[in-house]
Amino acid sequence: MYRNARELLGLCNEKNVKISEMVMLDEIESNGLSREEILSKLDEILVIMENASSATLYNPVKTLGGLIGGEGKKMMNYLQQNRMITDQWIVKAMARAFVCSEYNASMGRICAAPTAGSCGIIPAAILTYAEKFKLNREEMIAGLLVASGIGKIISINATVSGAEGGCQAECGSAAAMAAAALTEMSGGTAEQSMHAAAIALKNIMGLICDPIGGLVESPCSKRNASGVVNAMISADIALAGVVSIIPFDEVVEAMKNVGTGMHQDFKETARGGIAITRTALALIEKNK
Amino acid sequence: MDKINSIFDVLGPIMIGPSSSHTAGAARLGKIARYAANRDVVGAKIYLHGSFAETADGHGTKKALVAGILGMEPHDERLKLALDIAKDEGIDISFEKIAIDGAHPNTARFEIYKSGGEIVRLTGTSIGGGAVIVTEMNGFDVEITGDYYTMITKHNDKKGIISRVTTMLAENNVNIGNMRVKRNHKSNIASMIIETDDLVSATIVEKIRRLDEMIAVIEIMPIREK
Repeated sequence: MYRNARELLGLCNEKNVKISEMVMLDEIESNGLSREEILSKLDEILVIMENASSATLYNPVKTLGGLIGGEGKKMMNYLQQNRMITDQWIVKAMARAFVCSEYNASMGRICAAPTAGSCGIIPAAILTYAEKFKLNREEMIAGLLVASGIGKIISINATVSGAEGGCQAECGSAAAMAAAALTEMSGGTAEQSMHAAAIALKNIMGLICDPIGGLVESPCSKRNASGVVNAMISADIALAGVVSIIPFDEVVEAMKNVGTGMHQDFKETARGGIAITRTALALIEKNK
Repeated sequence: MDKINSIFDVLGPIMIGPSSSHTAGAARLGKIARYAANRDVVGAKIYLHGSFAETADGHGTKKALVAGILGMEPHDERLKLALDIAKDEGIDISFEKIAIDGAHPNTARFEIYKSGGEIVRLTGTSIGGGAVIVTEMNGFDVEITGDYYTMITKHNDKKGIISRVTTMLAENNVNIGNMRVKRNHKSNIASMIIETDDLVSATIVEKIRRLDEMIAVIEIMPIREK
């Protein structure tokens, strides 16, 4: 049983296993499920993620609030033009994150990861990496195990709810979870996964939750797109051997404190930030 | 969220979007309302408070609440059609905005109409991440999260009734995890809220219902989706 990154790393070293295997062993022990049952639940989640990250490319949807839609398709069209400033994998990852957000906002079936509002980041990171490096299902599921272990640590010691901690707690946690997963999938050590998670969370520390009209649409979908890129670059930074000077557990504690100190107007109430710009208010008035 | 134990509390729930609190949590509240009416629902009036009132349409909250009342899970693709399905099944649903003093922003109050004319009333809140808590049921303060099988009795406040119920449960090998007793001095009516580790069989529930001082027994099934 681990409650923080220090304990999880300790167990990994003691048993000489990867984070994904340690998370699996702990889940078997704490919840009485067999390895096969856990793998089958994760496979089901992966299927949901595959569908949710591609659905709106072929079936355009109307979102409930009507604020977003079509962003994923635009990214894929842009990809065809082959004039990206970044590269095709970053653009593809962003497309997947946008698609998940659109699908979620149109009442599609998604897997909260860790929340519905941030449900695009982990699928976009894992599926795009798997496509680029031709991973098999087992390796993708190992990524989900790493991500969920990191998410569990954040949930125990801080929060993953935007209403409690702002967007840093939702999209920040999702990016940290994805960064650790990518690092292990790419052959990084357990320590490097924790550095990647810490770097991702630090990169957007303080980000508020300010959805237009209180709806899970804008700026949420773009923060899913930037969130997956945050995960990718944080994993690359860690894999290059750069370390987070502050250990992950302390970063989580800092994120919690920032969330606690954050004014209520910036925690999903739509009373601050982007949500109260003139254009946002006019949009909401028009949609009434 | 201090009850995080499984990785599937983090990676999940699998749900119809867009919001774990305003959609998945709303569906779970609807499910509890359905159980409170013993799955016998011919109509419902739902009062929405705070953020539930202000952002219901943009979150599919009304559809989700009704989906729960109809017995759907938060991941059921039919959730988005719940209002139409209710209409087709002849279940009359209406909504009204309400302001409840001091209530959490994501709160709904239900009046569920049963076929015999009886009305079940409850108030519940979606507290985040899909977790819910029912705080009031038929005039009694309660605290039902739907994590466990919960039995709620309404009985005449007479000596011995509590021990008779708990003995019946013990004799049938049911372990009580948590139990509270509430009373209303004016009416001499009391209520027991009993959470158990396992489901209580229909036979035992029926025996408890037939006790002399018993007025009503409500069973709330665990609402966490498998």
